[in-house]
Amino acid sequence: MLDQWLFVGIFVSIAAVFPLLPLVMARFLAPRKPNRIKQETYECGIETVGDTWVQFKIQYYVYALVFLIFDIETVFLYPWAVSFDVLPLFAVFEGVLFILILAAGLFYAWRKGALEWS
Amino acid sequence: MQIETALLIEWVVKSTILIFALLTGFAYTTFYERRLLALIQVRIGPNRTGPFGFLQPAADGLKLIFKEELIPANAYKFVFILAPILTVIPALIIMAVVPWGGAIELFGRQIALGLTDINVAILYLLSVASISVYGIVLAGWSSDNKYAMMGGLRSSAQMLSYELSLGLAFVVPILLAGSMSLNQIIEAQRGVWFIFYQPIAALVFYIAMLAEVNRAPFDMPEAEQELTAGYHTEYSGMKFSLFFMGEYMKMIAVSAIFATLFLGGYRGPFVDTYPLLGPLYLFLKVFLSLGLMIWIRATLPRLRYDRLMAFGWKILLPLSILNVFVTAVIIVVFGL
Repeated sequence: MLDQWLFVGIFVSIAAVFPLLPLVMARFLAPRKPNRIKQETYECGIETVGDTWVQFKIQYYVYALVFLIFDIETVFLYPWAVSFDVLPLFAVFEGVLFILILAAGLFYAWRKGALEWS
Repeated sequence: MQIETALLIEWVVKSTILIFALLTGFAYTTFYERRLLALIQVRIGPNRTGPFGFLQPAADGLKLIFKEELIPANAYKFVFILAPILTVIPALIIMAVVPWGGAIELFGRQIALGLTDINVAILYLLSVASISVYGIVLAGWSSDNKYAMMGGLRSSAQMLSYELSLGLAFVVPILLAGSMSLNQIIEAQRGVWFIFYQPIAALVFYIAMLAEVNRAPFDMPEAEQELTAGYHTEYSGMKFSLFFMGEYMKMIAVSAIFATLFLGGYRGPFVDTYPLLGPLYLFLKVFLSLGLMIWIRATLPRLRYDRLMAFGWKILLPLSILNVFVTAVIIVVFGL
């Protein structure tokens, strides 16, 4: 099993080198004549006004929080699903109860308005 | 741990073959998309470069190499260059656990068709799929462009939301096969494909994977009419083509995963006697799945952003929770 992971490691390192090749190639082949106007921020021809890196809408933050909770809960279901056929009936019901709590959590977030886009 | 030289060579050769297969796949998926879209819209599409336009991808690649690469003066340069690289890597490595066929006999060695067979393949898929959001967020943030910023933020919020349904859709094949290894999931579909047992899970998975690779109707991050080109507005030349490559390789990868989980992977008639048919069947299934993606792009309009989020959280997620629940209960009651 360990050597299978070694194989994944080899593949990942080959894959990590690969996207560098076109960039290096372009560095030698592509023309480079930068000037001030070319390097301006593109905004359909109008000069850009104000800062881009500003504080951003809280909505994204709420979605991220709800996501974090649900994602962890989903991952907890995986080992349960793998050993589903050898689990005693009690453990199976515990898993089903867990899914119901998950659904209740989603319903709670929904009622609290965390999923509304306003 | 002692590793034979022959095994090491086998690994490097297989890795190289997979990377080149994905590269060719990427080039011809763009061609496939343009021709099929043209066919649907009663146009001709690119047909001038080589026989039937088959050299079009090569011409496009050559053109992009010789384009000037602009970096905006205000951009965060290091992250700006890093972002396209970070987008391509997950798209490549996600294919490492997908098997292409059974084992064949070559040079007196038993060679498995497929890179690896790890026992937690599904966890690997899910974790690599979540890494792929980084490239897009970093690209949007480092460009110092308001369109790119909005595109990156939208994209991350969307990918996060649909990843939940994707994760829950993964649970169902695990439940049916009793394993997280993709080879064993394929083995479990020897009789009937999982799509026939679990049409709802397959549908949820397909929709969530469209959102995950930012394809229409979920291509909100690159909505041309409102955000010019979304997170890659400021990119040009080879850096742009790396984003393009990442997107199309991800399309191929998720199609292959969909085929593996729900369409029986490389299995098909006579595959046990002729293992070399395996990659061919997988290719056919991926080809059909890609065709369906292109067809969807040609047919459906883009969703408005708040409706897209509402669809993910209020319809897809409850549906997939319910589906896992019902599947578990049915397996217990009927003892499948």
